[in-house]
Amino acid sequence: MTRIELKVDGATVSDDVEPRMLLVQYLREKLGKTGTVIGCDTSNCGACTVHLDGRSVKSCNVLAVQADGAEVTTIEGLATDGELHPVQAAFHECHALQCGFCTPGMIMQSVDLLKDNPNPSEAEIRVGIEGNLCRCTGYHNIVKAVQTAAGQKTEA
Amino acid sequence: MIPTQFAYVAPTSVEEALAALAEHGDEAKILAGGQSLLPVLRMRLNAPEVVIDIGKIDSLREIRDEGDTISIGAMATYAQILGDAGIRDSLSLLHKAITEVADPQIRHRGTLGGALVHADPAGDCGAPTLALEADLVIQGPGGERTVAATEFFEDLFTTAVGEDEILTAIRFRKHDGWGSHYEKFVRVAHQWPIVSVAASVKVEGGTISEARLGLVNMGSTALRATATEQALVGQPATEDGVRAACDLAAEGTNPPSDLNGDAAYRSHLATVLTRRAVLKAAGSS
Ligand SMILES: Cc1cc2nc3c(=O)[nH]c(=O)nc-3n(C[C@H](O)[C@@H](O)[C@@H](O)COP(=O)(O)OP(=O)(O)OC[C@H]3O[C@@H](n4cnc5c(N)ncnc54)[C@H](O)[C@@H]3O)c2cc1C
Ligand code: FES
Ligand code: FES
Repeated sequence: MTRIELKVDGATVSDDVEPRMLLVQYLREKLGKTGTVIGCDTSNCGACTVHLDGRSVKSCNVLAVQADGAEVTTIEGLATDGELHPVQAAFHECHALQCGFCTPGMIMQSVDLLKDNPNPSEAEIRVGIEGNLCRCTGYHNIVKAVQTAAGQKTEA
Repeated sequence: MIPTQFAYVAPTSVEEALAALAEHGDEAKILAGGQSLLPVLRMRLNAPEVVIDIGKIDSLREIRDEGDTISIGAMATYAQILGDAGIRDSLSLLHKAITEVADPQIRHRGTLGGALVHADPAGDCGAPTLALEADLVIQGPGGERTVAATEFFEDLFTTAVGEDEILTAIRFRKHDGWGSHYEKFVRVAHQWPIVSVAASVKVEGGTISEARLGLVNMGSTALRATATEQALVGQPATEDGVRAACDLAAEGTNPPSDLNGDAAYRSHLATVLTRRAVLKAAGSS
């Protein structure tokens, strides 16, 4: 067991974990933060995306011990005082989901993208979310949601 | 899946990491960004007893401008390299190739050193490292040594880095005055290339005076297209001027056959992609 201490969604947590424990397992199984989901076994789908020290990562491809001393933000830490984050609100408004399984990761990656590039073109949005797969929507409304969150006008 | 159990150490200096390697020998594995190693451990293709995480060795993350060269610490992430203006200007080929690696999340974690030591012949970074004639700095129990890129890649997933050694930095001569292009051919987004070509070309008065070409996925390691490099010298930087030279791109290669294409298809792709890459690098298309 290895002792880790980190900040998750604003709260300091500390635990003894097996070194082989993945960050996503730690979030879900130890902290009960099941908002972050696992969609694949190959680190391809992006459903498990969280922010580690402010940058998006696939939490199925990071060990919990590697997050020792770091700050993690999950989809559950995005809203402030019950108010949805603008990207969450835009996904809601633009109907950017069907089954919703890819949504936590899509939103976390979109927030990261907009931090780097507050006014992305449609092509830049598509490339920016290339590590996140959606089996339902065909991406169209997801792209629209990101444009909306960026304050751009979109066509119906 | 979840990896088998292992012990974990996180040294804060290269010396401590080397000591841990010396102690555990071939039962230990270095962990850099983990973007290749963790999938390998999760699929249980490897089951080391000890994982040595070098992520807490800050000195390995430095990118240093040394005048004629830029030294990139082995633990510099793809994202860090993409954000470096000196690399974008003076090593544009490396910058362009790294924009094509995987996806943003993986580029936030993955490191250049990890990619090169992993030595996947389908990885994007070997070819520009060869074409830019980088030197790789390796530290071991006997001290430091430097290996030229042409000597670094030995075989499939095998490099000059020994079991008791660590890659610490990759040193590139600045390529100001050279044109560059990275041409990647891939079936889906965020994946390894079927074939790609890294081209660095010097053009004087419309004529190619020097060319360096790296090939991805055309053999068990990244390769230089030496026949084409030589044949390009003295040719006009035009489509007709480079055609015959680029038709030699697959000479001396041994491309794999898989679901994405057989060896003959890859050999043809290499000639087409080389022509595109050379013309774009020369500013002629
Ligand atoms: C979904 C997905 C898509 C991907 N797509 C691409 C792609 O399109 N193109 C591409 O090129 N790659 C791709 N990759 C692979 C990725 O680029 C990794 O190869 C790269 O990040 C490895 O660097 P790392 O720092 O993560 O190394 P790690 O995974 O930590 O280590 C890799 C290997 O190198 C050894 N090692 C690492 N650093 C050192 C060192 N300094 N000294 C000695 N040994 C060391 C480790 O022991 C291990 O064996 C993809 C990966 C995933 C998961
Ligand atoms: S669960 Fe992490 S990328 Fe699919
Ligand atoms: S909404 Fe179902 S996977 Fe994206």
